[in-house]
Amino acid sequence: MTAPPRRPLRRPLRRGAWWTPYAFLAPFLAIFGTFVVFPAVRGLWMSLHDWDFLMPSKPFVGLGNYADLFDPASVVFERFWDGMSATGTFVLASVPVLVSLPLLLAMALNRRFPGRTFLRAVVFLPYVLGVAVVGVLFRFVLDPNLGILNHLLQATGLDPVPWLTAQPWAWVSLVGVTVWWTLGFNMIIYLAGLQDVPAELYDAAKVDGASARQRFRHVTLPGLRPVLAFVLTMTVLASANMFGQADLMTSGGPGTSTKTALMVILETGLGQYKMGAAAAMGYLLSIGLGIVSVVNFVALRERGPRRRARRAS
Amino acid sequence: MSQTPLTPDRTPARPGPSRRNVLAGLGALGAAVTLAACTGGSPTSSTGGGGATYAGGKVDLAFWNGFTGGDGPVMQDLVDRFNAAHETITVKMTTMEWADFHAKLPAALTSGQGPHVAIQHLDSLPTSAARGLLLPLDDVADELGITADDFIRTVWDAGIYGGARYGIPLDVHPLGFFFNTAVLAGAGLDPAAPPMARAEYEAALDTLLGRGVAGHWMSPHTFTGGQTLQSLIWQFGGDLFDAEGATAAWARDEGVEALSWMVDAVHKGWSARDVGQDADLIALQNGQAAFNWNGIWSINTLDQIGGLEWDVRRLPRIGSVDAAWAGSHNFVLTKQRGTSDDQLEAARTFINWVSQQSAAWAVGGQVPARLSARDSAEFAALAPQSAIAEQAEDLRFVPSIPGIGDAVGELYTALNEAVLLTKDPATALADAAARADKVLADNRDRYGA
Repeated sequence: MTAPPRRPLRRPLRRGAWWTPYAFLAPFLAIFGTFVVFPAVRGLWMSLHDWDFLMPSKPFVGLGNYADLFDPASVVFERFWDGMSATGTFVLASVPVLVSLPLLLAMALNRRFPGRTFLRAVVFLPYVLGVAVVGVLFRFVLDPNLGILNHLLQATGLDPVPWLTAQPWAWVSLVGVTVWWTLGFNMIIYLAGLQDVPAELYDAAKVDGASARQRFRHVTLPGLRPVLAFVLTMTVLASANMFGQADLMTSGGPGTSTKTALMVILETGLGQYKMGAAAAMGYLLSIGLGIVSVVNFVALRERGPRRRARRAS
Repeated sequence: MSQTPLTPDRTPARPGPSRRNVLAGLGALGAAVTLAACTGGSPTSSTGGGGATYAGGKVDLAFWNGFTGGDGPVMQDLVDRFNAAHETITVKMTTMEWADFHAKLPAALTSGQGPHVAIQHLDSLPTSAARGLLLPLDDVADELGITADDFIRTVWDAGIYGGARYGIPLDVHPLGFFFNTAVLAGAGLDPAAPPMARAEYEAALDTLLGRGVAGHWMSPHTFTGGQTLQSLIWQFGGDLFDAEGATAAWARDEGVEALSWMVDAVHKGWSARDVGQDADLIALQNGQAAFNWNGIWSINTLDQIGGLEWDVRRLPRIGSVDAAWAGSHNFVLTKQRGTSDDQLEAARTFINWVSQQSAAWAVGGQVPARLSARDSAEFAALAPQSAIAEQAEDLRFVPSIPGIGDAVGELYTALNEAVLLTKDPATALADAAARADKVLADNRDRYGA
């Protein structure tokens, strides 16, 4: 028996059996286990095989699928790293805008003025659209020859722009559409965060003669730090998982320049039925995103008391 | 997206797979992977009467295809007529985008949720057969009395894998030469005699250019730039792959010549620059272009546009020989757990019955696979279809090799790069051929071909 030693002086706080917390967790664990843990472990297993679930033989290849991803002579090398670099490009181009612009909007819409709720709704509205709607809509709006945008440009005497068929315009379009589409979500998070910053701090800063810029720098930003960490992490993950916009608007073109890692993984796994290689790609991408997320959180975590103490001194 | 040979039947404004579809597909995949471990006996029987008659009990059949265009309602009508004529068999048809179809079919079959009968493209047939998704149909072919003489050789041979027949050809769908007759007349060209040889064709494009019309928009996308490029490669005397299907042959001189012709059209102003997806066909509809090489499935799309004056012919000859890209739809019988013998027999009956309705199917914008059906008076009455079918002897197909679509996808990348002027044609083709050679070698290992 490994029962804990009796403590005669204090009644244990626990009421109910040892398994009570697990019973409460069970429904979640069942779903989490079935749809997250099991597929994840299974995916890891698949990535160690030359896996096509229909072929009778699924030879064990050890780390071969991973080694292929680092072997310039393999079929998947170029496709995968082209995809990763496209995903990286999109993350670098979209995240700064998606983190900063919604913050400015949130601050503007946090003031009191007539029509505020309506404007908030307008900004948030595109977010409720599905990616298929957004993708097909903008494929026609941005069509270089037939689209309304180029029509308007020409009507005002400007040169038409190959929005979807030449670089860097294809990236500009994809980032622009994604910003228009998902801006509202980050803005809502920021709005909630702004309402949590105590008004007294602003009052105190004003009394001390802080300018608007100083109030933003020393009151708003520190107050939003946890929210900022959340928004940054979620936005990086969302941008790294970009798929539908490029699939529908550019089909990965021009060439393969906007074919993101997710498109490559889908094509490899479900198009060419190389599920082992696709699983390995997926894991490599996940590991990369895991590292980036940890860096984000470390960089934006609440500063420890040591530093505050020093600043106060 | 998937580089499996896709979707000749889509409508111009093809919505791609939505996130939900992708998720559903992944979900189905997950379920299938789970179940794959316990997949046991699948029916492998190929016995039976070949589907001439059905004497079994009452059964339901699931029938999947990718007829999302104007051909969908025509097939549904055939299914309804079959159901009415067969009291004990109920066929339920499900239509989805071809890309989804190819992604979902294996998982659905493995989990026992798939169709009993399906349509496959010629170039994906061997892949599916090699992956064990299909059952042989030799007995149905015997019962139907169909023989090689009644079919285009390539179409007939493509249905055979490992010595057994897996596909019953339903139709062929070639590329055709569509033109806007109003635009031609406006430029002083005779709409009744469109240019059919290179010199005339280029002269017509110059004339149109003189009127400020970019006559033939070169699509940098698979649909239908990919089919246009393949047709041109064959016309210039080249081929996509070597005779064994071991390496890509499109980077040779003929291929470079073909792609250069498309790129030059952009440089000369015969084509607009930066043509978007489906913009080539839309430009034809808008009267912004005069010519478009598009699939025969576009007949119904163009028919539905009121006030549009258009016509269609076989492809003009730009190279040294006549050639046109074509695909083919084939009936297949799927291998699935839990399929009863009655269902197999009913499925054979269904395939047998529909494959005899060739002329009815041609209404959907297809050319019947059988020569005898093409010669029929009913087919001759379908003017656009039979105009395109005039080139039946010159049709060329992607070779039937398991996994070939993965390699052809690389050609589409070269097309995109060259027509969008980001790479010169020779470099783009050579780079794509190098990638495709790796894919082909890899597929040989996987499929043991």
